[in-house]
Amino acid sequence: MKKIYSVLVENRSGVLCKVAGLFSRRAFNIDSLVVGETDDPTVSCMTIVSSGDLHTLEQIEKQLNKKLDIIKVKTFEEQASVSRELMLVKVKYNRGNRRDIMEICGILKAQVVDMSKTQMMIQMCDVPERIQLFLKMLQTISIVEVARTGTVALPKCHDQEG
Amino acid sequence: MNGAQAMVKCLEKEGVEMIFGYPGVAICPFYDSILESGIRPILIRTEQNAAHAASGLARVTQKVGVCAVTSGPGATNLITGIATAFADSIPLVCITGQVNSELIGSDVFQEADITGAAESFVKYSYLVKNADDIPRIFKEAFYIANTGRKGPVLIDVPADVQNAELKKFEYPKTVSLRTYKPTVKGHAVQIKKVMAELEKAKRPVICAGGGVLLSDAQEMLREFSHKYRVPVVTTMMGIGTMRTEDGMYFGMVGNNGAPCANRAMNEADMVIMVGARVADRAVNQPEIITKDKVLVHMDVDPAEIGKNAGPTIPLVGDAKHIFEDMMKQEITCDHELWVQTLFEYRQTMKEKRAADPAFIDPAGFVRTLSDKMEKNAIYVADVGQNQIWSCRNCIVRDGSFLTSGGMGTMGYSIPAAMGAKLGQPDRQAIAVCGDGSFQMSMMELATMRQHGVPVKIVVMSNGYLGMVREFQQNAYQGRYCVVDLSGSPDLSKIAEAYGVRFLHLSDPDKMEETIDSFLQNDDSVLMECVINPMDTVK
Repeated sequence: MKKIYSVLVENRSGVLCKVAGLFSRRAFNIDSLVVGETDDPTVSCMTIVSSGDLHTLEQIEKQLNKKLDIIKVKTFEEQASVSRELMLVKVKYNRGNRRDIMEICGILKAQVVDMSKTQMMIQMCDVPERIQLFLKMLQTISIVEVARTGTVALPKCHDQEG
Repeated sequence: MNGAQAMVKCLEKEGVEMIFGYPGVAICPFYDSILESGIRPILIRTEQNAAHAASGLARVTQKVGVCAVTSGPGATNLITGIATAFADSIPLVCITGQVNSELIGSDVFQEADITGAAESFVKYSYLVKNADDIPRIFKEAFYIANTGRKGPVLIDVPADVQNAELKKFEYPKTVSLRTYKPTVKGHAVQIKKVMAELEKAKRPVICAGGGVLLSDAQEMLREFSHKYRVPVVTTMMGIGTMRTEDGMYFGMVGNNGAPCANRAMNEADMVIMVGARVADRAVNQPEIITKDKVLVHMDVDPAEIGKNAGPTIPLVGDAKHIFEDMMKQEITCDHELWVQTLFEYRQTMKEKRAADPAFIDPAGFVRTLSDKMEKNAIYVADVGQNQIWSCRNCIVRDGSFLTSGGMGTMGYSIPAAMGAKLGQPDRQAIAVCGDGSFQMSMMELATMRQHGVPVKIVVMSNGYLGMVREFQQNAYQGRYCVVDLSGSPDLSKIAEAYGVRFLHLSDPDKMEETIDSFLQNDDSVLMECVINPMDTVK
């Protein structure tokens, strides 16, 4: 089972280390972890995706809540949220496969953001599954390197914020 | 006013009367300021024991224990003591000196990243970067340590911050932390549910842990147990919540516990866990306390509830408040049949020990000793076989029973007894350890002498690391490895060297009179009690 934790934390040095340390110490999984400032510069938002059984996922929430640098923990299932991931991927191309690459990019809405005579860099921003799919489609082409941000997510919009 | 003076001023504001510690260059500004205050510094002989002594003091006074050591090795030596306090939720404020701020991270002499290293053993930690933050940080630290689920808080103060001038000193009256608001009062709906279940239950039992003592709820627990006729068992950390001779008390649970206590847990149809972690030594198979039972789990720490066993009714809050609120509910319940059954179990399921008549029987020794102690004595059990014999046989009346239950740190008893005695000088303080654990903290005899702390020490001497020897006997068919303690010093000479009265006990016929002599006068005594090297706890 997967769960997304949106964790508001004090924007101080060492907090990321404490949160990451909590996961490793208690043998919880981290599928991805993204940190960034929020609109309030004293508060950072960590988006953590974790997987495990129901009991573990509940423990994660409780243990996070116990940390004194954590202001608020919101959890949500993937279906109840909008999630995005950004990927940059550098591939080698030649005259033979350039058209194929462009076609895949077109279908999956990825953009070429940089290019040399032999390499191009493609940017894709989408849900994690489609990012995965894009990588799979590129498998026949030689990938030079990949950088992914991990998932950021927020619960879906409601008229009444709760 | 400089940072060091501000630190001392904060301690005074918090009502701290003494601190335990060991100086070094990085904490010297602080110790220099201590001279101008009424706070009594106690020089301990190794840093780990500073935390243990502070823990002993905290546990008998319900105040925060304070220790202060230097940077680098001073700080790292403290970690085991901090971890011991953390495992048992004992409120401490641990102050460490640190190298000058601008040198942090450059691996200079006696630099250690102590806030990083101790992260998993502290409730919270601070690295002070600005002297003006000192009042706020100290106020928060004391508040965090002694509220909610109590625990150690670390404050790391670089030497230059201790020497820096504060713009002005103002000690905050209140604490406002947006991230920390512990729940104290139990949820009314949940409390109603618990009482409704108690009304229905035929065979309820309360399992009380150290949390009951930490919230000072033992009187409430006793009252509750008698009012509704609910039998009580305890974990190791919960010993002392009920008087040993209380009819409604059925002993300690767990793999080293009393048979009738375990049977009570197994046969109960409702188990109320209060301030206990449901850890492996107390509840070996958590599914047993959830299967066919209503499990109520009360704890001030929501993360404890459901961590090891899924409760039917979770109840977050402070034990004292919860018991108070529960007793306001009027219910009629009749558990008399069950109570009678347990009385019978207690009579028939006596622990069988084939004591060797040639040696002092440690179980009988603990019973006699604790029976003869003053009613409000502080008994500190160390770790090892002696701990199990103490847990099972110590008679606690209005006194305290202290031990390192969570971490099982050897050498805890002597420094903790010393801290407890300093905290409450009018009570007898008795440390009971083995010859292994004694040698882990015997250097504190010097501290006792220097500061005039009369602690009575029993060393159960068997020439072995008995608990491990017993384990190797059972699990490795007697292939003993590194458990032989030959080479131990002559304890009479150790006592003489430190100027402590010495008693030797090996003749069972002389046990009573030796114990009488041991307990008379409020002085330091070292009693060597020779027991059978092959004796076991099982």
